[in-house]
Order: sequence, then structure tokens, then C-alpha cells
Amino acid sequence: MTAFTINGRAVDLAAEPDIPLLWVIREHLKLTGTKFGCGIAQCGACTVHVNGEPTRSCVTLLQDVAGRQVTTIEGLAPDTSHPLQQAWIAEQVPQCGYCQSGQIMQAAALLNSNPNPSREQIVEHMDGNICRCGTYVRIISAIQRAAREA
Amino acid sequence: MTGTLQLHTRALSRRNFLITVGGVGIAVAFGGLPQDASGASVVPAVEGSYRPNAWLSIAADGTVTIMSPASEMGQGIMTTLPLLIAEDMDADWGKVRVVQAPSDAETYGNPGFYGVQLTGGSESTRGYYTMLRLVGAQTRKVILARAAAMLNVPVSELTTQPNRVVHAPSGRSLDYGEVAAAGAIPDPLPQATDADLKPRDQWRYIGNLTVPRVDVPSKVDGTAIFGIDVQLPDMLYGAVLRAPVQGEQPETIDDAEARAVPGITHIVPLPYGVGIIGETVEATKRAKDLLEITWTTSSRIRNYNSDRLLEAYRSVGRDLAQTGVSAATEGGAQTAISTAATVIEVDYMSDHVHHATMEPMNATALVTGDTVEVWAPTQGPTGTQAFAAEVAGTTPDKVKVNTTLLGGGFGRKAEADFIIDAVSLAKAVQGRPVKVIWSREDDVRHGKYRPLEAQRLQVGLDADGNIVGWRHRIVADSIFARTMPEQFESEGGHDSVVTEGAHFNYAVPAHQVEYIRQDNGLDVGFWFAVGVGYTRFGIECVIDEIATATGVDPLALRLGLLKDQPRARKVIETVAQMAEWDRQRDGRALGIAYSDAFGSHCAEIAEVSLDRATGEIRVHTVWCAVDPGTAVQPRNIEALMITGITNGASHALFEQINIVDGEVQESNFDTYRVIRMSEAPEIKVTVTPTPGNPIGGIGQVGLPPIGPAIANAVARLTGGVRLRHYPFLPERVLEALNA
Repeated sequence: MTAFTINGRAVDLAAEPDIPLLWVIREHLKLTGTKFGCGIAQCGACTVHVNGEPTRSCVTLLQDVAGRQVTTIEGLAPDTSHPLQQAWIAEQVPQCGYCQSGQIMQAAALLNSNPNPSREQIVEHMDGNICRCGTYVRIISAIQRAAREA
Repeated sequence: MTGTLQLHTRALSRRNFLITVGGVGIAVAFGGLPQDASGASVVPAVEGSYRPNAWLSIAADGTVTIMSPASEMGQGIMTTLPLLIAEDMDADWGKVRVVQAPSDAETYGNPGFYGVQLTGGSESTRGYYTMLRLVGAQTRKVILARAAAMLNVPVSELTTQPNRVVHAPSGRSLDYGEVAAAGAIPDPLPQATDADLKPRDQWRYIGNLTVPRVDVPSKVDGTAIFGIDVQLPDMLYGAVLRAPVQGEQPETIDDAEARAVPGITHIVPLPYGVGIIGETVEATKRAKDLLEITWTTSSRIRNYNSDRLLEAYRSVGRDLAQTGVSAATEGGAQTAISTAATVIEVDYMSDHVHHATMEPMNATALVTGDTVEVWAPTQGPTGTQAFAAEVAGTTPDKVKVNTTLLGGGFGRKAEADFIIDAVSLAKAVQGRPVKVIWSREDDVRHGKYRPLEAQRLQVGLDADGNIVGWRHRIVADSIFARTMPEQFESEGGHDSVVTEGAHFNYAVPAHQVEYIRQDNGLDVGFWFAVGVGYTRFGIECVIDEIATATGVDPLALRLGLLKDQPRARKVIETVAQMAEWDRQRDGRALGIAYSDAFGSHCAEIAEVSLDRATGEIRVHTVWCAVDPGTAVQPRNIEALMITGITNGASHALFEQINIVDGEVQESNFDTYRVIRMSEAPEIKVTVTPTPGNPIGGIGQVGLPPIGPAIANAVARLTGGVRLRHYPFLPERVLEALNA
């Protein structure tokens, strides 16, 4: 059994401890907002927070989060109220939208540590997250908007 | 199962008479629960709701639920199409809910695209536009007729405001919900013609910059449901180990270790691999790694080497004796070229590229007796019905397809291989749904790549530098030969999607396009903008090569060739102003390209710099002006231009699939490089609609001009160094610089 906290809820899972956290979140806990993109930490679609740190859940094992706090897109803020979520809507960022949970979780970690990032800091922090629809310019605008309006 | 993608085309009469059946009967016929934009299930027709036709229902509280017939893969179509109905029925957009239409080509097929449910070709808005506006207009007339009876006044005294019928003389009004609650369809049924469409100056939603996309909120909080997110009671998981080379089959299967993995329930041999079914996704992945398979070694694809083939294709292009199939002929291009004062002759080439949709291939299927239900991120519900039926041994009408949101499509999800996987495995466990998820490695290695392609362009100029003849020879494997063999045959072996974009609106006195088909057996497919992505690369670079040869500004040359094309001139002049075309930049240069493909005019200018030591190109800013005729969702059009430009820059700079002895060398984002934020240009878009012109496509319009704009900018930066081979890898750039 592996015990940890997800979105503020305590869980204790019988799943094998060496399976990727991503599949635990998606298929055991049915929190499907966190996406599978590559499985090798190359695209960022699976990004969640573990004790507040942006983490690629596809290469993180269940046993690695024992006793820790995991936050997914579903637990980021109640009622889509996070400034980044509001900015994402205002800037109409998503196209297909598949990568956007990971983008938002990655960006949220940035704003937690640096509430007013420069454009260069945004790009450096976000460069590991691929968007195949090429929404990068709107992602940058949305992070800047969230920083401004938070 | 060869994996052909027959569209099952049929003659389709444009229906002026749109209303089918009233009341709840039709909702019952849908069965099941369609999904709304957020993926939440909605009841199709609640008690007392009013369904004036198959496209919408109106609840007593005024909520208008509208069907979206096309696949939402990021292009915003589930906003655009329902908006057209809302416009002409005068609905209150704030009270509209959008529901994904079920698989039913008879009702929801695209009248402008084979009459089927297939999203592609930048054809959705173009194809559905008039029909959906008529649906809206007719719905409004039905509501008016019903309201006239309720108020006991003539219809001619009634007007509408959003969701409300107004009788000005008496000051009375009725909400659409009140009219709907009263129920009955008027007899005789009012019909709508083009004369009933709302005049342009009364449009509330078409062209409105403030209407947001309906799918966006669900895509920022994790509630959007893509194919891979489907969860069903008693669902099993599936994985498929595919042959490493297309066309090979399993010869021996040692599955002892795989079967021993806890949770594995079935191992299913398939004609092209081995399927695994299990209780958890991790069990199937583990078992897949433990399978010991020997494969046949007889596939002709083992001879497929992309590098060598491309060289061979170039030679074919140069061998003018091989004439192939004529794709378009105007005037005597060959004669004009043979007597020209100057002839420019060049080769352009492009490597295979892969879609790499962020959502890898996946599908879920349930087979029960002779009925099949599929949940899938598919661009082609109608084709899915046909393939699923074939695999399950039933008929397409017994197959229900639930089209989820697509995490990217770009043409890859018009294929059926991932559908076939799911139905094949579900057939082995009748009565339980199976969700099959491909690994990213499977997705990259088993793609339906854009064809390898070489093109030979020959342009004859007279003594004054005027174009006298243009010959364009395209050498590539065929997409339609596999996916639409009947169409391929009927066009005499011309693949019109492979040569798409070769025909242009530049005024040249003689123009000849030839398609010289190669057949090396690899399944090639529809990739974002398909043929236009490379034909415009060749054309737009050659235009600049002509400008250089004749000492003319490339922008002025284009304007001269488009004298009689005011819309084309407008986008070029607009983008030139945006970019300050005549302003010199230190260490940077501008390049321009233009396209009239997909029925829209688009001009782009790229500002680039180049590291001459490494050969790395940097695209700093791209300006874009686009005219789609009527711009239904201008802000979304801007977004789609950003997508086309960013994705187009990605494929022009980085993307490449290499195949050696039939095996794809790339496997994931570490080896299949796509553009990242630090490499993406700033993008400025101006939408310059010209309503009244035929509506153009949009989804793929932004992509074709960016590659040639980059190449043309590099040439202007370097005193004429031409990049003629996609992608512009640093080593290729260095080679060109040192040539």
C-alpha cells in the first residue's frame, strides 16, 4: 500500500509501487486532466506538483510520492479560479488543449516562486512543455496577464 | 485488413428542406448520451423540450442545445458551426450548449466534403456554412409561426431579438423557451431559402471578435474529455506490439512471460502484430515488453530507405522524358520554356514528417454480438463505422461512434489503424469495453507520414524577365491510391491531394503541372496542409529566385503577377506594411511568401537571423495577413494562423522521419524534434475579411507560406544562398553556405 495526498485528499493504494504516478492518477484515480504525452519527460503534458514542485508524473513512480502532497490540474484551484486559468480563458490559449493542463501546472509553479517573471524567465521555465498547436505566444501572454492581474 | 480509408462517398443532394422530424422521436433515435463540450453527459431531450429539427433542441428555460457535426481537434469548429445556426435563428449565444453530433452521415455529413462526417481539408466551415445558416433561418421561421399562433397575430408583425419573439404593435413578447414549451411543429412547415438568411449588417455573431470558444473553459481545468480519457464500467486495457517494419506479421509468438504478468487476461494475435488485454494499463505495458516475437521478413518495405529514395525521386524529376500524369495544363509551357531567353531550373525536396499529435493514438471499443460502440478521437466517424464493422463482421449501421475531443489531429486521426486495434481486441472480450493506448514510440514509428517528395520546377523568362512558361513536376508516392482508390482511379492516377497547391493564381501565360507517381509501398498520409505544404515551398522560393535573377523586388514581383487579384494584393500589401518591408535590419532579413490555397488568401513575412558558424536559423517575428472571405470567428482565425505558422516553422526547421531498411529511426520527442517555446517566433496576424466572397478554408491556411518565407529571408540575408530541402537542418544550411 502506498499512502499519499492528492488534491488535499488522502489516498492509500494497493497498486504496485513501481508504476508511473501518471497512470495511477489517470487510470486508478480517474483524474484524467493530467495527460500522457511521451512517457520519458520530454513533453511536459503530465506535469503535476509534488510538494509544490513541478514534476513529470510519467517518470515519477508511485513509491516516490509516498507521504507527499500531489496536486493535479483538478486540484489547482476551486471553480477554475486560479489567475492562470482565468488568463488562459481571457487569452483564448487552448487549441486542441491536450497539453494545457501540463502548461498551466508548469506555469503555476513559476508564479509561486516568481510572481513577476520576465519574458525570458517565462520561456526558460516553460521550454520543456511542448504544444503541438503552437500556442506558445498566447501562453506567454497569458502568464504575463496572470502575473499582472494576480 | 489493409487499412484503406474508403470514404463511402455517395451522391448528396443539397437539402433545402432541412427539418426532419419533430418532437422527441428523433432524440430517441440517437440513443445513448451525447457529450457536450466539457465532456459531461447531457440528456438529449428532456421531457417537454422542443426539437424543431435534428440539429437543435430548445428547452422550456430557453436553453438551446446545438449539434456540432465535425471533429474538434483544436480548430474551434465546435464553436464555429453551432454559431452559424445561432446567428440565423437569432439565438442568445449565452444560452447555447453545444453537443457533439452522433455518427450519422445522412443527417450530419458535410455537404461540401463527400457528404460524410470527415473533418479535414479545411473543408468544415466551407462545406457546412450555407446549410447550417439555412437550418438556423428555418428554425427561426418555425418559432415565428408558432409564436404567431400563440399570440394570434400575423407572422409579418413579428420580429426577433436573441431568444425572444417580439410583437411590437402590442408590446408583447415570448421567450424561445415559452414557444418551445408550447410544442407543436406548424403545418405547413415553413421553409427557408437564401432570401431568409440574415443580412450581413444584422449579424450578431459572425465576425464578432468577442465570442469565445465553447471548449476553452474545459481545457483549463482538466474536465475536457479526449479519447484517451474515456472511462467505462468494466473497462479493460489494450496494447498492441506492432511489427517493426510495415507489412510484416508475427511468425512465432512466445507469450509465456507476458501471460504470467498479473492482470493480463488475453493475448490476441493480429495480422500486423500482437494484442494484449489486461485489467490495468500498466499490466498491458509490462506484458508488451515481455513478448518474444519473431517476425516475417518478406515485406517489400524492408527495401525502403528514405535518403536513397529521395535522391532517386530527384533524378526522376530531372528526367523530363518521364512525364507522369498531367495535373493541370494551360498554354504550351514546354514550348514556351524551350524558346525562352532564360530558364530557371531547380529542385526542391522535402523529407517525411510525422504528425506527433500530443494525444497519441488511442480508441475504446465495445463489441456485443453484432453491435459495436466506439469512443475515439477520430476525424472520421463515418469511416470509423465502416472499419469497425469490417473488423467486427457486422454492418456500419450497427456501429455507433462517440467522437471525443481530439488532442490534435493534423490528418493522422483520419486514419483507422487505432480504431482497428480497439475493435479487434474488443471482439476478443465480447461485452467488455477495451481502451487501447499507443505508446509515443508506437505513435512515431507507425505513423502515416507525409510523402517523401521531390519537385522539379522549370520557369522560362523572356528577354525582359517576364515569365513565359512554368513547368512543375512533382515526384512522390500517392496518398489517395491507398486511402481513396476509387477517386485515384477516376482521376486517371492523378493524386490531387499530393499535388495540391501546385495550381496557383499568378498570371503566367503557360502552366503545366505533372505528377510522377512513385510506388514504394509505404503508407503515406495526410499531414497538415498535405501537398500544399511542399508545393508552395517550391513555388514561393522560385518566385524569389526569379526576382533575384531579374533584379526585381520579390514583393513587387508578386504584386505584378497578381494584377487582377485585388484580394491577393491586399494581403500582400497589408503584411508588407505590418513588417515594414523596406526597412533594413542589422543582421536580420525579411522574406515573404503568399498562398491562395484552400480558398483563402494568406501572405506571411518572416524576419530571420542566421548563425553562420553553426548553421542555425532563428525566426524572430512573423507577420501574417489573411483573407478568408467571411471570417466567422476572427479571433480564432488569428489563433489558427499562429498554429500554422508555428507548426510550419517547426516542420521547415526541424521535423524529419528517417527510414532505414523499412525501420523508422525516430521514436519520441527526444529524436523527433518539434519546435519549443524558446524557438517559436513572435507572431502578428491581421485578418482582412471580404464578406460577399465565397467563404474560404482556414485550418491549414497559415502553414504553407512560412517555410518559403524563411528560406527567402535566408537568401536575402546571405546574398542568395538557397535552402531547397525541408527541413533546414544546420548541416544542410552549412552545406549551402559553403557551396
